[in-house]
Amino acid sequence: MADSKAEYYIPHGSPWPIVASVSMFVMALGGAMWLNNSDAGRAVLLLGLVGLTFMMFGWLGTVIKENIAGLYSGRVDRSFRQGMAWFIFSEVMFFVGFFGALFYARVLAVPWLGGDGIGEATNSLLWSGFETEWPTNGPGDIGGDAQGGFKPMGWGGLPLLNTALLLTSSVTITIAHHALKNNNRRLLNIGTLLTVLLGGLFLYFQAVEYVHAYQDLDLRLSTGIYGSTFFMLTGFHGAHVTLGAIMLTVTWLRILKGHFTPNEHFGFQAVSWYWHFVDVVWVCLFIFVYVL
Amino acid sequence: MSDTTHEEHHDGPHASGMWRWLTTTNHKDIGTLYLVFSLIMFLIGGTMALIIRTELFQPGLQLVDPHFFNQMTTMHALVMIFGALMPAFVGLANWQIPLMVGAPDMALPRMNNWSFWILPPAFLLLLSTLFMPGGAPAGGWTLYPPLILQTGDAFPFVVFSLHMLGASSILGAINIIVTITNMRAPGMSFMKMPLFVWTWLITAYLLIGAMPVLAGAITMLLTDRYFDTSFFLAAGGGDPVMFQHIFWFFGHPEVYILILPAFGIISQVIPTFARKPLFGYTSMVIATSAIAFLSYVVWAHHMFTVGMPQAGLLFFMISTMFIAVPTGVKIFNWLATLWRGSISFETPMLFAIAFVVLFTIGGFSGLMLALVPADIEYHDTYFVVAHFHYVLVPGAIFGVIAGVYYWLPKWTGHMYNETLGKWHFWLSTIFVNVLFFPQHFLGLASMPRRIPDYAVQFTEFNMISTIGAFGFGLSQLLFVWMLIKCVKGGEKATEKVWDEPQGLEWTVPSPAPYHTFETAPKV
Repeated sequence: MADSKAEYYIPHGSPWPIVASVSMFVMALGGAMWLNNSDAGRAVLLLGLVGLTFMMFGWLGTVIKENIAGLYSGRVDRSFRQGMAWFIFSEVMFFVGFFGALFYARVLAVPWLGGDGIGEATNSLLWSGFETEWPTNGPGDIGGDAQGGFKPMGWGGLPLLNTALLLTSSVTITIAHHALKNNNRRLLNIGTLLTVLLGGLFLYFQAVEYVHAYQDLDLRLSTGIYGSTFFMLTGFHGAHVTLGAIMLTVTWLRILKGHFTPNEHFGFQAVSWYWHFVDVVWVCLFIFVYVL
Repeated sequence: MSDTTHEEHHDGPHASGMWRWLTTTNHKDIGTLYLVFSLIMFLIGGTMALIIRTELFQPGLQLVDPHFFNQMTTMHALVMIFGALMPAFVGLANWQIPLMVGAPDMALPRMNNWSFWILPPAFLLLLSTLFMPGGAPAGGWTLYPPLILQTGDAFPFVVFSLHMLGASSILGAINIIVTITNMRAPGMSFMKMPLFVWTWLITAYLLIGAMPVLAGAITMLLTDRYFDTSFFLAAGGGDPVMFQHIFWFFGHPEVYILILPAFGIISQVIPTFARKPLFGYTSMVIATSAIAFLSYVVWAHHMFTVGMPQAGLLFFMISTMFIAVPTGVKIFNWLATLWRGSISFETPMLFAIAFVVLFTIGGFSGLMLALVPADIEYHDTYFVVAHFHYVLVPGAIFGVIAGVYYWLPKWTGHMYNETLGKWHFWLSTIFVNVLFFPQHFLGLASMPRRIPDYAVQFTEFNMISTIGAFGFGLSQLLFVWMLIKCVKGGEKATEKVWDEPQGLEWTVPSPAPYHTFETAPKV
């Protein structure tokens, strides 16, 4: 058994972290140049991204090789698990910041602009005539169509379908996990593949929804606080689904190569935790951004 | 097994020269990198402080123009917080936590290297903004919109470098938590852990909870400026004050991130030189946890003058004053540890005692600032500057210095020069008070902060303060010189270094070998 390996494996030197840091630096540099309208910005950003991808293959590839070579004890496995759990917690806190902005705007900022409580003078002196409403693009009617109008995104149709898709994908990844524990490789393979496909479908429908918002609803990132919170929350969630789907695809390819055993499958487990996290964030989004 | 683990039996570094430091996964190497980086940033940030103090030596504008002055106040804070103090504590954690819990290394050694090597490029981005059109950010380290959105080309560089610093802190914090929860030697139960380890565990929780919120806040700034969002734009239904709420939800835990590890160091140093076990160990752990919890529900005391509802003012005033209770528990525990101890005054102990006294002064001025009616008078005056410099300089920085003197013989194998150490202590302690104490009076007389010019009646206290600043700054050069001398040679340190210090780190030779506790010790 794994725990019989008494020593804790300590790698002696690794080039990958410094590759990662340099790539991050190049990405940040490229991004900042791009925002400052430099022609080279996008290219530099892309270069950093390529470096980061290269690093991912190298770093994670090394870890997988070490694992296959049997260097990892149960304790190393526990370090990985705890590390991933805390990483997901940090991601949760990132979303907490944006949800906080949404709640603050809806519960405090917009009502104050409308003259509630401490906002009485603000409303009468600066924004007289503005009444509290949600969704809103503010007393200045920022963004929207020529008259400053826009239509909010409903929760039926695509968002509801997407909720069903993501919830189903959470079920399929769990089925795959149980199959892995029972050493049912076929079901593991199918369950993981289905999860990838459902994730991909979710992203496709989200793209359709965005096009619909921009073309038909006059709802854009610039459409006041509603547009800002709507697109930033769903956008960052979408980015996380994309990342999760990429990780799932790699996991699926590893399954095809025969990786993971019923007892040792940290890689699979980490990705499935991440996927559940993305799913829970979506449920919160669906309730607070779309329905309420 | 044998052929796959042959690597594990190297005694020294795996590579030489620069490549060793770039690719190292050894917690001692990485701890050293963090500490050296922190020292360099401390000197850079200190130079900025001296530029500020030189301009303020007398009224009128003589040395720098106001815009550059504002860049200096902003960059001084960012460099000191993210470049000097946080890396110093992470460096101490890297060196000491594995030694103190009996672990062979940090739990995730590659990630450990990564979290350090994010820092230099991030600071390259941040410091390069000084040379950009429009200059470095000049709206204060708190980055309040709409002012900060007027930054020139530097703006995205600042945001992305803070993203990188946040990522570094989160990775470092994850590593520290996992090391503490998963790598302790058999018998090292949670309630046997040294207090430095405890305070770092709690600090790491604060980091993982707070840093991502900062990342979110500065991302909103970025999209407000470049992608037309309205988070902080009232016309669009947003609110600039919302930024302050999100920022301080990060910012207040951040100030405890800067002080809790110092509490831990003091709790190691005082028992050693009082030759008594720490008084009230359990209450120390509970008090630290209580401070950490409260730090998440007090943030709006930084914004009493923005126009909050009465209920909000009351809540944040009362919750802030609650913090005095667990902090008082800690102060009294340190005093009770000293009570009837067999005390000797080596340099680390001198700094620790100065910490207890001077940090308490900073704590008391904090209590004054917590009172809403009083704070409306003190807000944005030099009283605030005096308050947070008392908790950060003779507080956090003295904590770091005490820790460095305490563990330096263990790291280098040499004793530092005790006479020079005492000189360093007395010069630092006298000048830090000359520097910051008059600022209380300036603040109570309503001199505003972040202003390069002032009314003539503030001249004398400003002159005294500037003299203190140069005295304090120059005494730190003595520290740097002593550090270099101690690394190069000096009296050989014994295994225990001090009289009867408690803890696993004193059971390994001095200097600590490159690999320690490859087989877990029994506690």
